[in-house]
Amino acid sequence: MYDFTYARVSSVADAAKQLKGDDDAKAVAGGMTLIPTLKLRLAKPSALVDLGGVKDLAGIKVDGKTVTIGAMTTHGAVAASAEVKKAIPALAHLAAHIGDPAVRNRGTIGGSVANNDPAADYPAGVLALGATIVTNERQIAADDFFKGMFETALKPGELITAISFPVPEKAAYMKFPNPASRYAMVGVFVAKTAGGVRVAVTGAAPSVFRQKDMEAALTKKWAPDAIEGIKQKQDGLNSDIHASAEYRAHLVGVMAKRAVQAAG
Amino acid sequence: MPQVSLTVNGKKASAEVESRTLLVQLLREKLGLTGTHVGCDTSQCGACVVHVNGKSIKSCTILAVQCEGAEVLTIEGVAKPDGTLHPMQNAFRENHGLQCGFCTPGMVMSALDLVKNNPAPKDREIREWLEGNLCRCTGYHNIVKSIEAGAAAMRK
Ligand SMILES: Cc1cc2nc3c(=O)[nH]c(=O)nc-3n(C[C@H](O)[C@H](O)[C@H](O)COP(=O)(O)OP(=O)(O)OC[C@H]3O[C@@H](n4cnc5c(N)ncnc54)[C@H](O)[C@@H]3O)c2cc1C
Ligand code: FES
Ligand code: FES
Repeated sequence: MYDFTYARVSSVADAAKQLKGDDDAKAVAGGMTLIPTLKLRLAKPSALVDLGGVKDLAGIKVDGKTVTIGAMTTHGAVAASAEVKKAIPALAHLAAHIGDPAVRNRGTIGGSVANNDPAADYPAGVLALGATIVTNERQIAADDFFKGMFETALKPGELITAISFPVPEKAAYMKFPNPASRYAMVGVFVAKTAGGVRVAVTGAAPSVFRQKDMEAALTKKWAPDAIEGIKQKQDGLNSDIHASAEYRAHLVGVMAKRAVQAAG
Repeated sequence: MPQVSLTVNGKKASAEVESRTLLVQLLREKLGLTGTHVGCDTSQCGACVVHVNGKSIKSCTILAVQCEGAEVLTIEGVAKPDGTLHPMQNAFRENHGLQCGFCTPGMVMSALDLVKNNPAPKDREIREWLEGNLCRCTGYHNIVKSIEAGAAAMRK
């Protein structure tokens, strides 16, 4: 790791000020992605601004039909939350299957969504549930947020403060985990929401995407056999040592059917 | 250089570190607590698991400076001061839960965090909990047995 200066801040405003004042400074949340990246010398930030001391960034609020999760809430806290389990059990299930317990005790929802790893789990939940990403500057709809591989709508120095999830009628997430890393080889999140049926796929392509053919079929009939004949196109899907594009395309269909089944 | 002050195994400690110093480096190299191991240094193996403020974390993937003011528990803080093993440690010995012993400190620290929330974990729950703890010797079977036995001994 290259050396850097370290700053612990106690407010979002203070963090934003430090990040805006130095283009090479980076925020650190749980560090579960950033610290391994620094060890590999894939990044050389001048300074790390630690969000760990900002008290009001962690926590879960349920308010009528919306679950709002603070950016610094750990995967472990979401997985264990009685409120999330009751309102959106699929989201608690998703969080409970990220990495391993020690990773879940540090990794945060804000860090995961900001990072937009092609194989990360949360982006599928955020997109399928039609969540809103709340930053220190504005609110961004999930449909406008994920831009490409490791790319989001966040501007330099802009920080996620919370993510708001509308409570769906039904939802479920199924992933085919990479047997070594547990990241999603393919993960499909299906949701029947007030705004219609939404199906989001992670792990398969450079960035999370909506499977509109499946959405249309499930709108007509919410049942696993409704998407039986839908073939995910291989074009643009990832092909690597873990799985070919052909295999990933096949897994999209399998995971989607299992998710609809699980959602009931 | 930054100064970091924290509590390790109930004792106050402080040291001068670089911003990039990892918690595991502070523990091993500055405080001489070499029970916490580095197996992979890539956040995969769990040999470095310690508790920070009561939760199991990988000490190779957290900066020492992020632990300012924290309570850290390492494998050295688990046995009684007179050397009597903790029931979980004893269960690993009784059940042949280790061979080379490299993964064992992390296994014990992970097991203690599991039992905190789930005092009577079942075989499957133990295996799922150990997702981030790799052992290259035992094949896990006796580790799972050890944790079941250790949890049972802790309930007594
Ligand atoms: C062994 C291992 C297994 C894993 N398995 C999985 C898995 O199965 N599924 C999965 O989805 N993930 C997995 N992860 C990744 C994990 O979920 C990370 O916690 C997550 O991707 C990043 O969150 P973090 O809080 O650790 O962020 P950090 O590593 O601290 O930060 C990541 C990036 O996001 C930026 N950032 C952080 N917080 C904010 C914010 N509030 N606003 C704006 N930018 C911000 C940082 O500047 C940095 O660029 C795994 C990680 C490890 C080490
Ligand atoms: S040394 Fe920390 S996880 Fe392997
Ligand atoms: S006992 Fe040798 S690695 Fe586990």
